[in-house]
Order: sequence, then C-alpha cells, then structure tokens
Amino acid sequence: MTATATDRLTHMQLLEAESIHIFREVASEFENPVMLYSIGKDSSVMLRLAQKAFYPSPIPFPLLHVDTGYKFAEMLEFRDRYTAELGVKLIVWRNEEALADGANPIKLGTQRCCGLLKTQALLDALRDHHFDAAFGGARRDEEKSRAKERIFSFRDSAGQWDPKNQRPELWNLFNGRIGPNESIRVFPLSNWTELDVWHYIHLEKIPIVPLYFAKPRRMLVRGDALIPVEQPFVQGLPGEEQWVKCRLRSLGCSPCTGAIRSDADTVPKIIDELMGMRNSERANRVIDHDQDGSMEIKKREGYF
Amino acid sequence: MIFASEDSIATAQDLASNEATARAEERLEAELGKDLLRFSTAGSVDDGKSTLIGRLLYDSQNVYDDHVRAVTRNATIDFAQLTDGLRAEREQGITIDVAYRYFSTPKRKFIIADTPGHEQYTRNMATGASTADVAIVLVDARKGILDQTRRHACIAALLGIPIVLAAINKMDLVDFSQEVFDRYHRDLQALARQLEIPELIAVPVSAIDGDNVVHRSQRMPWYDGPSLLELLETVPLAIDRSNAGFRLPVQRVMRPNQDFRGFAGQITAGTVHPGDEILALPSGRRTRVRSITTWDGDLDVARAPQSVVLTLEDEIDLSRGDMIAAVAAAPLKTTHFEATVVWMHSTPLRPGATYFLKHTSQTVRARVVEIRSRIRVEHLEQHPAQQLALNDIGQVVIETSRPILADLYRDSRATGSLILIDPTDNTTAGAGMIRNITDREAGNLDRATRGLLVIGNRAELALQLEQSLLQSGALVLRTHVPTSPALVAIAHLGALVLIESDSAEPITFTAVRGADTTPRELAFDKPDEIFNEVQRLGTIPTGEDDNDNGLGI
Repeated sequence: MTATATDRLTHMQLLEAESIHIFREVASEFENPVMLYSIGKDSSVMLRLAQKAFYPSPIPFPLLHVDTGYKFAEMLEFRDRYTAELGVKLIVWRNEEALADGANPIKLGTQRCCGLLKTQALLDALRDHHFDAAFGGARRDEEKSRAKERIFSFRDSAGQWDPKNQRPELWNLFNGRIGPNESIRVFPLSNWTELDVWHYIHLEKIPIVPLYFAKPRRMLVRGDALIPVEQPFVQGLPGEEQWVKCRLRSLGCSPCTGAIRSDADTVPKIIDELMGMRNSERANRVIDHDQDGSMEIKKREGYF
Repeated sequence: MIFASEDSIATAQDLASNEATARAEERLEAELGKDLLRFSTAGSVDDGKSTLIGRLLYDSQNVYDDHVRAVTRNATIDFAQLTDGLRAEREQGITIDVAYRYFSTPKRKFIIADTPGHEQYTRNMATGASTADVAIVLVDARKGILDQTRRHACIAALLGIPIVLAAINKMDLVDFSQEVFDRYHRDLQALARQLEIPELIAVPVSAIDGDNVVHRSQRMPWYDGPSLLELLETVPLAIDRSNAGFRLPVQRVMRPNQDFRGFAGQITAGTVHPGDEILALPSGRRTRVRSITTWDGDLDVARAPQSVVLTLEDEIDLSRGDMIAAVAAAPLKTTHFEATVVWMHSTPLRPGATYFLKHTSQTVRARVVEIRSRIRVEHLEQHPAQQLALNDIGQVVIETSRPILADLYRDSRATGSLILIDPTDNTTAGAGMIRNITDREAGNLDRATRGLLVIGNRAELALQLEQSLLQSGALVLRTHVPTSPALVAIAHLGALVLIESDSAEPITFTAVRGADTTPRELAFDKPDEIFNEVQRLGTIPTGEDDNDNGLGI
C-alpha cells in the first residue's frame, strides 16, 4: 500500500519504535540484562520506553543506580518515590570503600573521583550481579567520542571499551553474541537528541526531577558558572553565594554539575529555551573538559 | 515618583509568562509534526565533504556558538573543523569510523551517517548506507567522477538507497561553468542507470561559500533547481517507497497472564488492522488479527516501522524468529539463496566456512557453499574469486541449517538483509543482502510466471509491471541488458526477466516452457492488460488445490 501524507510517522514515533525494538532484542537475547538508571531525564525516557516495550508484561529486568554519594538530595528522593510507584526492582550500588576513605572531587580531582565512584562502582556492580547486558541512556549527539558509539557496544571481560574493536552495525541487526564474562552496553537512545528527549517528556508527560525546572536556588556565582551548594566541601569565596533563578540542564554529582540561569519552569518553556540556546549541553559539565578527548578515555576504562 | 503596586508587577509577569507558554506551545506543535530522514555521506579530507556538512549545519543554524568560536581563526570560520572530529582523531591515531550527527530544520529532522573515504571505507560506508534514505555523493568539479565517487555510488546502490544526491562541489574553482556541470551530470546519470539507482539528482554547489547548500546560489543563474537542503527536506523516506506486503518478525511472546498471548515485533513493511487475515509462518496457518496492543491503548491501524504487539483470533504456536505476514504477499521460506556479501573480518571468507546467520529476529547456522564472484566497486565489474578478503564485496551462495523467512533485499531491506557472525570470536564478519532465492522451498517457483518480457523504453510501464508481477509472486529481474542466452537461462530457473532498452520497440513476451518459445507481440497499452496476458502465457495451470496458500509452506 502506498503511503499517503497522513500515514507519515513523526520523528518521535520513529525514534520510539527503534528504541522499543532494541529493548526487546536485548531482553530476548541476553540472560541477565540490567538498566542503568541515573535518575536524569534520559533515564526517565528510557524507563518509559522499557514500559512500552514489554507492555502488557512488566519490565523483565532490574534497574541499577550507581550512587556516587554526591547526588542531589532531590534526585534520591525522586528515585525512591518513582521506582516504588512503578513497582520496578531497583538496585543501588555505592563504592563504600572509597567513600569511607573520603573520596571527593576537590580532594582527588574530577578524573580520579569519577574513576572510583562511577567507573569502579559500575564495574563492581555489573560483575557482582553477573549482568551480561547493561542499558545506558547515552546519546550520540552528546559528545564527539559518542558520535561513533554503537547501539550494542562490546566490552571485554574487564568491562573495557576498545574503540578499534567495535562490531560493525548494519540495519537493525544487532549482534549480541558474547563469550564468558564479556558484556554489551546497549544504548537505546543513541539516535535521540537532547531536544527529542524533551519532546518525548512533553508528549508522554513523563515525571522528571524538579531540578530541571527554574526556580531561585542558592548557588556559588563564579564568572559565568553557577555551582550548586549541597556538599560541605564546596565552599565559596565571600560574596559568591547568592540566590539565583536557575535550573540544571543535565543532572550529575552536585559538586561537578553547573546550573544555568533560566526562567524555564515548564517543559514547553525548557524546549523553547533549548531551541534558542547557543551553547552545547555538556558545556556545563566539569568532567568533559578535563582534557581533550577525556570522554573517550573514560569510556575505554569502562565509564558509560 | 510613582511606584508600581505589587499587584501590577505580578500581572505583568504573568502576562509575560503566559506569552512565553503560548509561544513555546506553538513552536512545539510544529516541531512534533516533523519526520526523520537519514542520509549518508562519504569522502576523504580533500574533497570538501567536511566543509559541505559544516556549511549545511551552520547555514541551517544548527551549530552552537561555543563550537563556532572553537573553529574561528582571524574571523574566518573553518567549516570543515566544525564537524571533522574524525580528522582530529586520525591525527591522534585514534579511530576512524562512522560518526552520526543530528540536525533539524523547520521542515524535518535529520540523521547524518558520516564515513571517511579511505581506511575501512567499504565496511564503514556500507554501515552508514544500510539505514540511509538518501546518499550524498561528492564530485570535485575540477576532477570529475573519480574512483571514490563510483565506489560510494556503487555501495549506495548495493545497500538499496533509493535516492542519490550528487553534489558537484567547488564550482567556484571552475568559474561556475554550466558546461562542466552538464558534463558531469550526464556521466552521473549514466552511472546511475548502470547501477540501477532509482533516482539521482545533481546539484552544483560551492560548499566553502555556501552556494546551493542551504541557500540558492546567485552565481549560477543557469541552475534554477533546489538547493541541497531543499532536496533533503522534501524527498520521501525509503520506507514509504517500499511495496512489500505486511510483515512482522516475532521478537518476543508476551504472556503476562493466562488470558493474554501477544506477539511483539517491529513491523518491517506494510500496514495491519484488527480483522486482517494473516499467515503465521513457518506453519502457514491462516488466522485474523484480533488486536494491535500497545502501552498507549489498542490501535486501529499500525504501519512500518512501528513496534507493536499483535494478538490473533486463533491459538497459534509462534515464537521468536517466526513471522506474521500478509496472506497476499508472504515472504519466502528458504534454506538456500544467493546474497551479496560485504566482508568485514580479517580472516577471508572461503567456501565451506560456517557462521551464525542473523536474519530479522532469528539466528541460525549457515554455510557459505560457493563464492560466485567478487565485485570491483570502482569499476563495477564482477571477477571470479576463490575468497573474499576484508572489505571485499562479492556474490555468494548461502545454505542455512533451518529455513529463514525472507524477501529479496530489493523488495524489503529489513527482511532481505542478514549478518554473518564468526562462531569463534563472535564478531560481525559479514553483512549480506539476499539477491535470489533458489531452493524449492522458496515456494511457488514452479508456478510463478516466468519468461522474457521486452518492454523497450517505457520506463513507467516497466515499473508498474514490475510491481504487479512481484506482488503476484513472480521473481522479477529488471535489466537493461538485451536478450541473451544467460537471460533465457535465468528465466528457465523461474524468473520473469523484464528487459528495458532505449528504443520504442514493440512489447514482446517469450515463454520459456512448453513448446512455443517464439516471442509474441503484446498489442496492449494498459499495464493490467499486459499483466494478464503475461500471466496467461507465462504460467502453467497446476490444477492443484485452491486452498493451498501457494507458497509451499
């Protein structure tokens, strides 16, 4: 049958169909998958897509939150409430040893801190639970080294990513065959952009952490940067601490995630703001600017 | 001095806020109506590909200020640097691969699959092309059609991209000469005919200055066609051009409780409604669709490529790897077929080697029983070959341990494609496109219309006949090669060979079975009259049970 203009699927429908296909392939081909749940907007979208993929059955895998210990209190509150409401199984994993040693980004620098509290914790959690596939919410539009990332990203038995040794990926035929202790990271949102994620949140009325919405918050104002005041070791110079109407564009650890000045307190206003935005999303993340190609180095070590 | 009361301040803020909300919602509505086009680009550093993409993104206002600042030197933007992450990587000795980029215009959203033109080019270009609706092929106006252009066009054709946009770039360096453009345009059209690319459109551009990239050029008044972006914004998606019947490969059976049993999958072609009669394959049992179930409620209609769950009227045993298909145009059940394979493994492909073969949601054991030829993509010639090395493309014959439910790739990318997985290291060793299904299990070969149909220069008629014959189950081979013993042999194998030419010769049909094998003139001009006559002459009545589904399954 020839398609007419009214038959056309929108970009949201096309992206949704692709992501659902990916979820179903993984759940059918792997023994023990898990979904990385970071509490952010991308995770919220992934969670909704997983619900849709398996409806009317429940989501057939647990969620894993790698808690660095420095997440915003509002994030943790949202996590516990929302996952309980949906009735999904949630595993929380922390690198307790490193936290007991007082690991924090000021003391160790962002790279070593991320290495211990994110990458190490993640690898430990995956190994401990024998997960053979892990869904992540990363998008190709986020950062240069992610632009070439596969949807099924192969990790060796040490959980590491070899950019030279990735499987070619054609059509939507995903190769999920792995050896003992090897695993696959799966990115169902690979082809979504930041704007797509917001469009979907709007269309589907998906709950998100209130930190994304603008309101007056206590911030350290340093040049263009707004640094949230949550942890005792983040302290400003006299006069730096102010009330600023702002919001977070992406959610990470409070000491390393900058806010932006904004009046956008609804999803349509956020979308409007993004469409007029002149800077890239991760410009406010401290960790990507550590050194050139830092994301690629983190990914090789096992970071998402 | 007059102070505004607190009330009036609040009202002014509310008004501003309402206005912002109204504006935001209006813009949002337009955004949400857009569709999504995927296109591939390929090329090396010098041919201006990065500059072209950079210009496309910049002129369509898809680049962030911090990125522009990072590549601006002496008030000049280096457009190539805007997108060329790959160049930086190569200099650092990191990887070169397919990079995906995203942008949108007020009309459409786009995904670019951008591949480098040299190292691993075949593998990477094939990857980028596999999901593309459109390929942009670059031609340097000073150099004409080089091997690289031919290579990219050939891979685009093999991977079934229906539309190729040829950007004839660096027109500024040939004084915007119409004569140069016309010459390369002719060469490209000849190339497109040779490769059987359904549609090739050439545009004269200067990427560095932006002529005809986003905005129409003032410097080439002889060209009154659309800019490259205008074309990208208006061409149809590949899936909307597909003529295959409804298919849903079963990915997973949903059984949340005793009362519900549904089959989850992504529709690869066609549309489906509750009440439609369908075939459950491989069993071949017929039943009807009871519901199209989704999280958003039951649907009245679903179409490719939506992901849905179907429930059926009857209890039918179906599991992952099986297929639900339209009764009128079902796929073929096969264990033996010919495929074009792109080889991606450092160990060459040799006859006799075994692999895992993944096709739709099914994985089976497979053996490559024969290598028919290797294709030289630069010159489009087939050579005899003993093996296929890394980045080679060739024609092979594959045998599977269990039947797969397949279509020819030209009819349906999703059900005509496969990957071969190396059983020792689990890597994706090859990608295949099914060209010909040769075994008896392919169903109605014995009963399919076969013969040679000469159609002359009536391209529109050829297309209509090709479609209706394919839909009737005939194995149609459309060619520009004049009648030859090889084509007669192909017809004997069960094909309907549709022969086009550049002349207005009479329409003739030659049957290849029975005693009468002389060409017969068909003095009709309506496609369905010709179709009926071809069916009558080219099909042997079997007298078999009419209830047989006609598929051998």
